[in-house]
Amino acid sequence: MEYGVVIVSHVAEIAAGVKRLIEQVAKDVSVTTAGGLEDGGVGTDMARIMTAFEENKADKILAFYDLGSAKMNLEMAIEMSDKEVHLYDTALVESAYTAAALLQVNTKLEDVEKQLKELKVK
Amino acid sequence: MLNVEDVKKWMENFDNVIQEQRAYLSDLDTPIGDGDHGNNMARGMEAVMAAITDKDFADVPSIFKTIAMSLISKVGGASGPLYGTAFMEMAKIGNGDVKELIPAALAGIEKRGKAVPGEKTMVDVWTPASALVQKDALTVEGIDQAVESTKEMVATKGRASYVGDRSVGHIDPGAMSSGYLLKALLKAEG
Ligand SMILES: Nc1ncnc2c1ncn2[C@@H]1O[C@H](COP(=O)(O)OP(=O)(O)OP(=O)(O)O)[C@@H](O)[C@H]1O
Ligand SMILES: [Mg+2]
Repeated sequence: MEYGVVIVSHVAEIAAGVKRLIEQVAKDVSVTTAGGLEDGGVGTDMARIMTAFEENKADKILAFYDLGSAKMNLEMAIEMSDKEVHLYDTALVESAYTAAALLQVNTKLEDVEKQLKELKVK
Repeated sequence: MLNVEDVKKWMENFDNVIQEQRAYLSDLDTPIGDGDHGNNMARGMEAVMAAITDKDFADVPSIFKTIAMSLISKVGGASGPLYGTAFMEMAKIGNGDVKELIPAALAGIEKRGKAVPGEKTMVDVWTPASALVQKDALTVEGIDQAVESTKEMVATKGRASYVGDRSVGHIDPGAMSSGYLLKALLKAEG
């Protein structure tokens, strides 16, 4: 598929859980995650986000995050990545789910973004 | 004009205070955040010290870059990308003139966090510090005053923004650690 999804959360289980939830409706969309710190702690880590970008099968990515530093680390990773990454300030679970479900049926990015706009919370 | 040795001294001073005040910084982060600021900074500074101690650096920008990368990769909270970007922007100045370095650090923090003065963040320390340093008037008292000023502010950025009005009455932890960093610089300058 043209677009993939990256989930960034402070907690590994949240990222893994969102992935599990959305893969149910988007089995062909590549979903990769960066959850928590390397040592299992709570936080976000730019290097882990870079890895999630690289491991994603798509060259164009829609990225979703939970709180605070997740966005800052995402922005730094985006500056360093060769992939085209779109970052959304939307409710994590709902927007990742919406995007994945729409991407699965080949919805145009423009139309996906229209739906995402409604979910902006930060 | 700072040279590589001054920067090392600066980081050593800062690391000492951070390790000493680690619990206090996390305590400040408890009522208005997630209680990890001291641990985050201690972990980050441990990585910085490991990366610069007994290492040779060609010039001030290269040691700043190494410090930035350590902070970005090891801090784990918002202060990681914020301090990391501050040091990255200082590296871009290309020399050790604090009159240029502090404003560059502030610009980096603003770029990364998009906070403005009055939002109860580290920006409330870097903004007056940047103005004072231009006038050769950066002092311990000036820094302490800026740190203290965050106490009565309502947080609208970062973790503390989630508790809204309840953030009033508490000093911002990132403002406190920024105060330590600036005072460590004054001490290194002698
Ligand atoms: N957008 C921002 N702009 C400037 N400073 C900020 C911003 N967000 C947070 N800060 C500063 O960072 C400090 C908190 O750093 P800390 O290391 O505890 O990260 P954190 O808030 O726990 O990170 P996270 O966003 O991952 O929860 C705050 O006290 C504040 O000074
Ligand atoms: Mg914190």
